[in-house]
Amino acid sequence: MDEKEKTPKSRRDFLRIGAGMGAATLATVAASGLFTLTGKETRAEGGKKIKVLTTDGKLLEVSESQLSEPTADMVVTRESSHQGITGRKFVMVIDLAKCKNARKCVEACQHGHHLPKDHEWMKVFLLQNSEQEAQYWFPRPCFHCDNPMCVSVCPVGATYKRSDGIVLVDNQRCIGCKFCMTGCPYSVRVFHWKEPEDKADGAVYSPETGFPTKEGTVGKCIFCADLLRKNELPRCLSACPMGVIYFGDIIEDTITNGNETLRFTEVIRDRAGYRHLESLGTEPSVYYLPPVNRQFPVERGFEGLDPKIRERYENTASYKINPLLRHGKQ
Amino acid sequence: MENNNNALEKNLWKVFLPDLVKTSRTWYLVFAILFLLFLFGLFCLYTQITQGHIVTGMRDNVVWGMYIVNFIFFMGVSYAGALISGVLHLFRSDWRGSVVRMAELITVISLLIGPCFIMFCIGRLERLPFLAMYPRIQSPITWDVIAISSDIIGCFIFLYLSFLEDFARLRDMKQAGFSKWRTKIYRILALNYHGSPEQRKHLKWARDVMAAMIIAIAIIVYSVLAWIFGVTLQPGWHSTIFGPYFVIAAIYSGTGVLIILMWIFRKIYHLEEYITKRHFVNVGVLLLIIAAFYGYFTFSDYLTKWYGSVKMDKVLIDKLFTEFYTMFILSNYVGILVPMLVVGIKKLRTIPNITIAAFIAVLGLWFNRYLIVVPTLETPYLPIQDIRPAWIHYTPTWVELGLTLASLATFGLLIMLAAKLVPIVSVSEMVEIEENVSVEVKPEIR
Repeated sequence: MDEKEKTPKSRRDFLRIGAGMGAATLATVAASGLFTLTGKETRAEGGKKIKVLTTDGKLLEVSESQLSEPTADMVVTRESSHQGITGRKFVMVIDLAKCKNARKCVEACQHGHHLPKDHEWMKVFLLQNSEQEAQYWFPRPCFHCDNPMCVSVCPVGATYKRSDGIVLVDNQRCIGCKFCMTGCPYSVRVFHWKEPEDKADGAVYSPETGFPTKEGTVGKCIFCADLLRKNELPRCLSACPMGVIYFGDIIEDTITNGNETLRFTEVIRDRAGYRHLESLGTEPSVYYLPPVNRQFPVERGFEGLDPKIRERYENTASYKINPLLRHGKQ
Repeated sequence: MENNNNALEKNLWKVFLPDLVKTSRTWYLVFAILFLLFLFGLFCLYTQITQGHIVTGMRDNVVWGMYIVNFIFFMGVSYAGALISGVLHLFRSDWRGSVVRMAELITVISLLIGPCFIMFCIGRLERLPFLAMYPRIQSPITWDVIAISSDIIGCFIFLYLSFLEDFARLRDMKQAGFSKWRTKIYRILALNYHGSPEQRKHLKWARDVMAAMIIAIAIIVYSVLAWIFGVTLQPGWHSTIFGPYFVIAAIYSGTGVLIILMWIFRKIYHLEEYITKRHFVNVGVLLLIIAAFYGYFTFSDYLTKWYGSVKMDKVLIDKLFTEFYTMFILSNYVGILVPMLVVGIKKLRTIPNITIAAFIAVLGLWFNRYLIVVPTLETPYLPIQDIRPAWIHYTPTWVELGLTLASLATFGLLIMLAAKLVPIVSVSEMVEIEENVSVEVKPEIR
């Protein structure tokens, strides 16, 4: 176990030195983070004093009038987006037994991040490991690897790994060389091949929202880093009608799918959670629960599917192997 | 120059001077055609910049297409000068005189064209300076930037040093009838070189050092290029053999292009006297030896992948032998065996045959590069699904083909312009070799 933890760590440290981020600068940004984010400077003294706990665990006393709820339009700057949310290490668990390709996660992601058509961060694969094995639907966000190939190969530091585990892309730095796309073994990254239709007048760019998008740069799932700042859950999770996706914190050892909250270690232990393509050594932050005792037959995933979407699976080997898949109701 | 009265030199100038002074109509015609192709390339680039990369055939899986293939290809061709002329120079082969100038020109010109494809390939051209402004030394692309820029500088210096003596000769040629500004250019370029013993000693030393250096830099450049693929986890790329394999492949294409150019210039300038069958056979034998090495590397790479049959490797190799079958046979069988047979069998060893064999080798090698880049990207670990069916397979579009064509035209244009500035065969080198080879060199010249 010790061995396993050592190797990626030293490599990550190596990466971090290159990105030129000192631990000291991280801490200071974190401490001021809470207050700069509110963006309000109302200096009315007096009133009730209340105690607040900052994200890095400091207890402060401030007057109530100085506080304001974080609003939806607050934007984390490019610089501060390098700073992870202190004391957090995010993890996602996807229960393959429950997924029936409802595609709500894909839609919510597209809509929530204002992504152009044909530029999807979340994809649902129909996998079958070998001919005799079961087929299953496989939702695939970014794995936010702890040993991310995409970060290693980026020549300009446009993509970076944060202390809370999230891998972000700064599309104002990205030169569009696409090396990260060939580096990622999970085909997570997608390219903006043309000028996005959604011009987003006036929206301020932040890597934590990935918006406004820019032609000629790379995009990918960002674990909804903007919502996490507001203590909200990722969009795919909230949209999923089946509760397939669990999200949480590996330090708190807690995950939730919005309905139930579970101990991460217990779930992984009791339900034989695994990471996809573990052998590649990328150390993903996304775990999968095997598709056992399934609630739906796999063909259900084709029910009510738009013909355009159905087309997307027709060339797949598993589609050809299993004739049942072709008979889902339109 | 004191040794102007050398008979060989006189003959050489007789061949080259007319073309340096006057320009024929054919030259203008060819130049115009190539220039039109170049302009078409500019139009393609304009289309791509204004409409976005959607106009290319590249999509989210095959993110590197023909541009990267051409990039690797041109970088490989640049080996002609680096290794061939470097090695021949260091070993002092007596037949190098008539071919090294061409080899060095090929090197510098393809080194100028190759990196342009990186610019076509990246999504935001205007952010190219970021590579220097925010470099991350962990990225193989940064290694590449450093290596290629050193290579361009090194090869340019090597080329210039070999031009120097000829510039001096051209400057001193009063009777040639050069226009004033042209003599002035030669005077500036010749850097006050007058062939004094001291200057000759320094120049020789500098050229020896540069020859050794560009050999080393060239090996580094191509290894780094190979590692861009090798360091990723992708099936077909993640291979320890890629560094040396790419180096051998590069020398192969460089030698091939050299033979083709030798044939073309021999025809244009009627150089039958200076570029003889001996030259073709010698460079041909070089091609044969490299083909053997290259074939061995190719075989060894695919054998280990096929025999071990790791799932993804198997999927990739199955794909190579079905979807890409013709291309695979052409590049990895025809492209290796034909040059070996043509040069290896004495009866077949004629100048046109060797040239055709070289052409097949170069073509095969281009397809080999294609087979390294595209099929791997079409074979990711997660099967290509949940994507528009039209986006699955890669086919280059007219924009990509146009820019490829334009780059070949630019190669021709630059060679044509260079041949207007200096003789395409190094006069000084020929003379020097002649002096060294014949024992009865006139001692008073030195």
